[in-house]
Amino acid sequence: MKAFQTFEGLVCPLDRTNVDTDQIIPKQFLKRVERKGFGACLFYNWRFDEKGNKKTDFILNQPDYAGASILVARDNFGCGSSREHAPWALQDYGFRVIIAPSFADIFFNNCQKNGVLAIRLDERKVETLIGCASQGAFHLTVNLAEQTLTGNEFKEKFDIDPYQKELLIKGLDEIAITLNYDNDITAYEQRHAM
Amino acid sequence: MKPRTIIEKIWDQHLIHRENGKPDLLYIDLHLVHEVTSPQAFEGLRMNHRSVRRPERTFATVDHNVPTAQNRETKDSISKIQIETLQKNCKDFGIELADIYSPHQGIVHVIGPELGLTQPGKTIVCGDSHTSTHGAFGAIAFGIGTSEVEHVLATQTLWQKRPKTMQIKVNGQLGIGVGAKDLILAIIAKYGISIGTGHIVEYTGEAIRRLSMEERMTVCNMSIEAGARAGLISPDQTTVDYIKGRRFAPKGAVFEETTRKWLELASDEGASYDRTIEIDASEIEPQVTWGTNPSMGASINDTVPDPESFESEEKRQAARKAITYMDLKPGTPIHDIPIDVVFIGSCTNSRISDLRQAAQIANGKHVHEGVRALIVPGSYTIKKQAEAEGLDKVFKEAGFEWREAGCSMCLAMNDDIVPSGKRCASTSNRNFEGRQGTGSRTHLVSPAMAAAAAIHGHFADIREFATTR
Ligand code: SF4
Repeated sequence: MKAFQTFEGLVCPLDRTNVDTDQIIPKQFLKRVERKGFGACLFYNWRFDEKGNKKTDFILNQPDYAGASILVARDNFGCGSSREHAPWALQDYGFRVIIAPSFADIFFNNCQKNGVLAIRLDERKVETLIGCASQGAFHLTVNLAEQTLTGNEFKEKFDIDPYQKELLIKGLDEIAITLNYDNDITAYEQRHAM
Repeated sequence: MKPRTIIEKIWDQHLIHRENGKPDLLYIDLHLVHEVTSPQAFEGLRMNHRSVRRPERTFATVDHNVPTAQNRETKDSISKIQIETLQKNCKDFGIELADIYSPHQGIVHVIGPELGLTQPGKTIVCGDSHTSTHGAFGAIAFGIGTSEVEHVLATQTLWQKRPKTMQIKVNGQLGIGVGAKDLILAIIAKYGISIGTGHIVEYTGEAIRRLSMEERMTVCNMSIEAGARAGLISPDQTTVDYIKGRRFAPKGAVFEETTRKWLELASDEGASYDRTIEIDASEIEPQVTWGTNPSMGASINDTVPDPESFESEEKRQAARKAITYMDLKPGTPIHDIPIDVVFIGSCTNSRISDLRQAAQIANGKHVHEGVRALIVPGSYTIKKQAEAEGLDKVFKEAGFEWREAGCSMCLAMNDDIVPSGKRCASTSNRNFEGRQGTGSRTHLVSPAMAAAAAIHGHFADIREFATTR
């Protein structure tokens, strides 16, 4: 996993609630056996019409948001299917940070495992961010160590679980960490006579 | 000792390591694997020269993208590679696979219980959000992502933050013609799709106790649609009777001893939950969703709501978008919504009792002109059972297609797709935009309601036909 320290990027607003993982990456793209290359399929049904032409009214297709790497959306982002293809697609497209008032549990975990920073920010602040980002050309600096978001007038702190923060900052391989507990796992298995 | 919920009991039993400021390290008893969310996990193992710690606690099947047509020939080359990849991975790592022609093949959440793999008190995971289904047996069962699949393969454990607990108490009894699907849809319609976020839900109350195991699975299956990490029901004699004699169930004297332990897991009298909600089962009517998430639902005798009637701008906006996508008009009676496709299947409603209910409605009738209706049993075993009971004949005579087992039109990864702009009455669990095919429109219903819609060509109140639940 790529280590995450500070990050600066263009913010794209996605003014929707309950964005589900079927929208983030539709199922026809889940057949591949690799981890890479899903960015082209991100929000496919919103980005492209039935003939495969770009829908110009969808925000990601607007020239102002080309190269966006921070996504701001509304409540319950990433609900629905557990597909990790959703954060893979977001990351492959270029998103490194997702900000929303709340996330679905599995999606939140999946982001974490891939070094995508999912930030919960209260609704009022998200409203402000969506306002700023809707003007276009709005950049944010995300400082994970300090837990701050800064851009123009906007300056806010955000919360993150300290353990998740450490994993992200160091870019640690969680399986390698767990294997340090091998003795405990074996002892558990013996206690339960497996 | 302080009274505890079943959730706390199972959690504490599986704790390997606990440390302040970190999630808990939990042992995982059973890991179910399927073709779509596993290839990258096995690839990760190979890259790091790791093996599968407990292959015998891992069980795989192919369900998501397999064809459900009679000959089961996979024409799509990419799907084929995905299936072959799982075959190779299972072979290389020593995992039992219920392959496409195996008598055990079926939807992963259907075959786990069917084989007796799913048991009370277990921790169960699968790279699929509807793993919550297995909670019906009093297990902590939840969906995980592919990185976590790799983690469980390598270590048989997961780091998990201790969840909050929620009780959903269902008092009273369900009315005639009202089933488990209506119950869970009504709960989600009332409380929304994120009420359960961060929680494990225990369903309690008289109405839950009266449900069969298959009905309990329907309820727990859709816990994720309420945002919950998992949903479960304390085990009782209904649970024990279901498991007895199944392939992986304990046998003989061990079974009696294990049964005693299972029953002790039930939540203690007076145990407390972080949150409790109560509903009255007798008020629930047959449900139909009208929107693009499972909480956008109504009773059969309601009308499509007016988006402007919602209390917040956010909800008004979401309802406007949904109604436009669904091509509905506010005020239209739910009854009058015409249907093009009917899908009876999925891990929510593809078990033998679901098929029996649908067959009861279909018996002696005919699918309405212009409607395509599919029956997709949840597993090969269910298909055989249904055929032994003659249900396949009832369906075929009524003009339904009788298919092989798989996820099929629940997520339309194979050829079973709802065409763009068409409207489907579906017994599955998600009505998201494009879920059943790009541009498809999904209405979630119970199997009986789906069968009735197939016959009438529009929704109908099942209670006008039903005499028993
Ligand atoms: S039937 Fe549908 S919801 Fe269930 S496992 Fe298959 S795709 Fe997922």
